[in-house]
Amino acid sequence: MYYRRTLTDAQINRELLDVVLRTPMWWVIIVSILGLIVAGAASAFGFMMNQGLGVTGLQQPIFWGFFITNFIFWVGISHAGVMISAILRLSQAEWRRPMVRAAETMTVFALMTSLLQPLIHAGRPWRIFYWVFPYDWARGIWPDVRSPLVWDPTAIITYLTSSTLFVYTALIPDLAIIRDRSTGWRRTVYGILALGWHGNPRQWKLQGIAGILLSALILPVFVSVHSIVSWDFGVSLVPSWHVTVFAPYFVIGAVHSGVSAVVTLMILMRKLYKLENFIWEEHIDAVARLLIVVATAWLFFFWLDLVFALWLREEQEMTVWHLRLFEPPWSWLFLVFIVFSYIIPVPLWMFRRVRRSFTWMLWTSLMVNVGMFLERLIIIVPALMRKGPWTFTYDTYRPSAVEVTLIVGSIALVVLLLMLFSKFFPLIPIWEEKEGQKLIDDVRVGDRVIPALVKEH
Amino acid sequence: MANTKLMGLFQDPEQAAGAMTKLKEDGFPVEDLDVYSGSPFPEGSFGEHEPEMRLFMFPLVGALVGFAIGLLWTAGTQISYPLVTGGKPLLSIPPMTIIMYENTMLGAIIFTVLGVLFESRLPRRNLGLYDDRITEGYIGVIVDCPEERASAAESALQSAGAEEIKKEEG
Repeated sequence: MYYRRTLTDAQINRELLDVVLRTPMWWVIIVSILGLIVAGAASAFGFMMNQGLGVTGLQQPIFWGFFITNFIFWVGISHAGVMISAILRLSQAEWRRPMVRAAETMTVFALMTSLLQPLIHAGRPWRIFYWVFPYDWARGIWPDVRSPLVWDPTAIITYLTSSTLFVYTALIPDLAIIRDRSTGWRRTVYGILALGWHGNPRQWKLQGIAGILLSALILPVFVSVHSIVSWDFGVSLVPSWHVTVFAPYFVIGAVHSGVSAVVTLMILMRKLYKLENFIWEEHIDAVARLLIVVATAWLFFFWLDLVFALWLREEQEMTVWHLRLFEPPWSWLFLVFIVFSYIIPVPLWMFRRVRRSFTWMLWTSLMVNVGMFLERLIIIVPALMRKGPWTFTYDTYRPSAVEVTLIVGSIALVVLLLMLFSKFFPLIPIWEEKEGQKLIDDVRVGDRVIPALVKEH
Repeated sequence: MANTKLMGLFQDPEQAAGAMTKLKEDGFPVEDLDVYSGSPFPEGSFGEHEPEMRLFMFPLVGALVGFAIGLLWTAGTQISYPLVTGGKPLLSIPPMTIIMYENTMLGAIIFTVLGVLFESRLPRRNLGLYDDRITEGYIGVIVDCPEERASAAESALQSAGAEEIKKEEG
């Protein structure tokens, strides 16, 4: 049943600025809980800095564990945000409207969190700046541009800057809306942020062009960033990492986990912020159909990765795959990963009833991200466990309580940042919703009246 | 002769479009008319002046600047501390292209945003003649005219159905 309420501009302002203009108690409670978790994680990090990396499960020969897994995981999550927004903006898909802002914002906060992970992983984070940015000009010795340690920050800082500018540019008209609804110091602050926006045809035209132009520019950056992250692995000589397929495999994996995270975010937003008038079953259905395609493409690249190893039959490569597939606990984790990432969710998404159920979609999208976290862990750790023919320590990697606390803290941090963002800025672009309302024309087919926008679904 | 600005506030976009037509018929040049709205309308809905823009120059210039910085950074740091490895050429071009590519795109994106702001004539310190109701769905029709034509503009806005007319001395 297609149903859409026609809303006036004033109603849209009221509903989408509800949390911005007042502070509900549930928001305070959730933010306080998340703040406590983040504070706990910060304490764990302080403890780790004080005691050294010995408090983690890292040991010879496994020096990349949960933190690097988490780095790849959050870079991956960040990808779909801008990707989905840019593709939908470029193709002028009507159903983009409620999801673009939240997706873009998630990109920014996930990227910030991902950037923290190598700093945490270093144990003594100030040294990372010394390795990557020793541009002191005095000694005349520079970082090696041939090192992925230089490519990575370059790519991620490019993506973070671009995504932040992308979010801000589209936010300007909404900042003017909040400015006009505020008084006192809030009006001054939003007035400064809105840059004196009036909303004349010239500004609206440029806003439209900016959306398309920035989308076109940011899409190649999105592809490059996760490719470069994959080369952290690909350019090494570690068995099962030194594979040419890694760049597209990482990119499509990032899209799979990121789009699933967008689904989770939209469903939670709808429930918490009472956005039933803006996020409908049709939106989730559309993203779920996209997910089927993305997940299947990802499965193909995963299969290629495995086939390349089997094809070569190189001894060290086979040893790593044997560990991943047949030796506990990795074989169990592998099973959970493949079942959660593909075998359960994708067949379920084939059913329209599942695609249009917020409950089903919430759980299946969460399941994908549990699976995709495990995927990154399985890529990293077993390969390091058997990276050389003479491995003297055959012990496995066991993440410590400090590492687990920091992982939970990173999830809480992203959610906390999103909650704080939602207190000051609308999570759904108000001006885009208003523009969408103008396009609601009833189409008469016989004795039926169908909203024109729904034709896209 | 001092100019004055008038703004007619309309609840109905059709009335605002009618006001624009009336003002043009009354001899007010289209370049002196403007429309403020809380959300975008299809281009030309109000018969407004077609803005001339050069936005597409900005990403191109930004890309060139970014590329140049990338080249200077990667080549410059390798040349300034020459360390020959395995008898290979000093400048390692494949990894240089990775950084140069990122810088090129970053330059293009930063300049695009600057271009959007510049072409939108932002930032502006003062809002000038404006009304908060515009972001509630009202349409503001702005006329910039010499003082002696203010009453003609006011009556054109009034006859088109303006709910309120505001005036700003220029």
